[in-house]
Amino acid sequence: MTDAPPPRLELRAIDKRYPGSHANKTVSLALGAGEIHALLGENGAGKSTLVKIIYGVATADSGEVLWHGQPVRVGSPAEARRLGIGMVFQHFSLFDSLTVAENVALGLNAKESLEVLSRRIVDLSTRYGLPLDPRRHVHDLSVGERQRVEIVRCLLQDPKLLIMDEPTSVLTPQEVDKLFDTLRRLRDEGRTILYISHKLEEIRALCDRATVLRAGAVVATCDPRQESARSLARMMIGSDLVAARRTAQEQRPGEPRLVVENLSLSASHPFGTDLENVSFAVRPGEIFGIAGVAGNGQGELMLALSGEHRTPVHDAIRIDGRPVGRLGPRDRRDLGLGLVPEERLGRGAVPDLSLAENALLSGYGRQSLVRRGMIRFSKVNDYADRIIGAFNVIAHGRRAEARSLSGGNLQKFIIGREILQNPRLLICSQPTWGVDAGSAAAIHQALLDLREQGAAVLVISQDLDELFTIADRIAVMSGGRLSSPRAAHDTSVEQVGLMMGGLFDLSDEAGVVHDPA
Amino acid sequence: MIPETDALAALLVAMMRAATPLAFAALGELITEKSGVLNLGVEGMMVMGAVSAFMVVVATGNPALAMLAAAVVGLLMAALFGALTLGLLTNQVATGLALTIFGIGLSAFIGQGYVGTPIEPLARLSIPGLSTLPLIGPVLFGHDAMVYLSLAAAFGLWWFLTRTRAGLVLRAVGENPAAAHSIGYPVRLIRFGAVLFGGAMCGLGGAYLSLAYTPMWVEEMTAGRGWIALALVVFATWKPGRVLLGAYLFGGVTIVQLHIQGAGVAVPSQVLSMLPYLATILVLVLISRDATRIRLNAPASIGKTFHPGG
Repeated sequence: MTDAPPPRLELRAIDKRYPGSHANKTVSLALGAGEIHALLGENGAGKSTLVKIIYGVATADSGEVLWHGQPVRVGSPAEARRLGIGMVFQHFSLFDSLTVAENVALGLNAKESLEVLSRRIVDLSTRYGLPLDPRRHVHDLSVGERQRVEIVRCLLQDPKLLIMDEPTSVLTPQEVDKLFDTLRRLRDEGRTILYISHKLEEIRALCDRATVLRAGAVVATCDPRQESARSLARMMIGSDLVAARRTAQEQRPGEPRLVVENLSLSASHPFGTDLENVSFAVRPGEIFGIAGVAGNGQGELMLALSGEHRTPVHDAIRIDGRPVGRLGPRDRRDLGLGLVPEERLGRGAVPDLSLAENALLSGYGRQSLVRRGMIRFSKVNDYADRIIGAFNVIAHGRRAEARSLSGGNLQKFIIGREILQNPRLLICSQPTWGVDAGSAAAIHQALLDLREQGAAVLVISQDLDELFTIADRIAVMSGGRLSSPRAAHDTSVEQVGLMMGGLFDLSDEAGVVHDPA
Repeated sequence: MIPETDALAALLVAMMRAATPLAFAALGELITEKSGVLNLGVEGMMVMGAVSAFMVVVATGNPALAMLAAAVVGLLMAALFGALTLGLLTNQVATGLALTIFGIGLSAFIGQGYVGTPIEPLARLSIPGLSTLPLIGPVLFGHDAMVYLSLAAAFGLWWFLTRTRAGLVLRAVGENPAAAHSIGYPVRLIRFGAVLFGGAMCGLGGAYLSLAYTPMWVEEMTAGRGWIALALVVFATWKPGRVLLGAYLFGGVTIVQLHIQGAGVAVPSQVLSMLPYLATILVLVLISRDATRIRLNAPASIGKTFHPGG
């Protein structure tokens, strides 16, 4: 009788410290052939660090890595690839100005001509149902197509272990299904897939085993198909998650607070998306959600709504009936607009300034923090403390630099800063992107509370679960156009997913402002 | 022979000679910038190349050795820049400006004793039967070796950037150093190589000034050509062929405006002296207006310090 074959990859007591954090605490993990293994954990649980160590981007302080039972030292990504480890990154490591074939060539050690390589790309991509044109430039591709480039680049090296870092965060539900088909096929060929995610339903649908990380340590290993989303969440967070609750929709009569009518705008960025005849209205006491895969014009719409880009037609955007298309951000704020942009560091907050100073920057008018050109520091400090207290921002006080906060805490601070100014209209873009589940629930609750108080809230998000949790009506952005809105309880994730792929009836968005009543 | 053809030939030859130093420096800087590094020390590296080539040719009488010396000195200047910006992560703009000031000062200092020394200009090609042909003889077959070298360099770099794997890697490093690092390319090493090449080419550009264009040494004899070379790279949207076009345009207008000045036209000479700069920038801006094309060719990470984390 022979022993069972050793696992394909085994980690023994991996430990890694960074200044100020203990990223991995004696983590052990074994991956077998032909399995899809989930690595589950909140942001900051140590998933990324562990994967970097496997892929040779970072080195462990102590511990052992075994490949087919043999101890190995993976010093660089090139060495990892030689062993047969491939990785698809969360933030793609692609080169926008190069073609698909050139991008793939850069990731391969083999020196073959681009023509030969292009043929291999076409062969392999059709075999796995990942259609790609090797001659196209990457900047012309959709996010889903870019991910295909990454996957094809990995598969061309015939990897034994494929690491996928949050691969579905940028895909439509239909694209996710296709990706899962591909991954299952790869597993059936005997490959191992390490699947990193914090989306519980996906892990239950796809993975054979799951290792749960919390605060750098392994807290559980389980078969996710035997667990419920609730039990997985409890392992991941360490306590039960309190989800935001929305009260039943009330019909609130009243004039729309924000009206956008036939807004067309050419993008300022050469790779941007032009807006075409975008029309919608947001009423007091409702949350209006705009779904869509990133890069379909949401960024341009946000710039137009905030006033960073003026619109040529003055009354294409109206707040409380007043045309504001040619007003700047400050004038719009004076009309009661609050803004939470997508980039927290740089747009939402100045990274090097303290929280108090960041509070001053957007609140100086409505909170009367400035008198005769002089800053009233006592009021600024008081305002910052109120935000930190009311929104449970974890930071070293109001003097902490914005950049020192975690994504979730900074986002709570920014949203709190806007909400405490009692906006009549709040516009947020990707409010919980990259935010841990606990903070996300708090942010959702804050938005719902604001809605209860009668403010109009517009949320632009890629996260369909988020929109279905909080939004009253949902419209979809695709290719710079906006579909007509639908009541959230009247539509499904699948329907919205199809529209995200551009399949919405274009005849019903002919510039009419739809009335939900 | 027909005198008109002779005059035209002389004009064209003078244009090409005026363009050559710019072509060298701009092609070198193009490679540096394609790797994502902005080296504003072009002027300083050129002027150091000029003085070292001149000193070597006075000492040895060997122009090939002088060119080699200029390339090595340019390379050493660039190595200094690379060590500071890539090794010690200093700011590229400030370091480049310092390199220019350093080069101008140092060249003036070591070249003091050489001002006014006469030398033999670089020998020109002479092929019996070909070089004496009217018009095409002098324009095609009557130049010194460095003019041909600069043309070969433009073609060679175009081929390198668009047809070779090494060129692809260089472009990738300039486009997205973090991604290149994550795939496993030695970003800083590749950038250092590109910086060294740029320095050597700037040294050669300077050498052409003191060995051939005006065979003598005077302080600050580059007279701002390093800055024009920098501008050429940008306006040529990082394409070797357009860099060459821009350099020849600049050379052409330089020579034409000299002739106009010589003919005594009643336009202030300062205005005429501006023409080469204006005309070059205007034409290059007009041919590269397309923002997407610029974005496709511009190295996205230019001037940004890259520090591999992990």
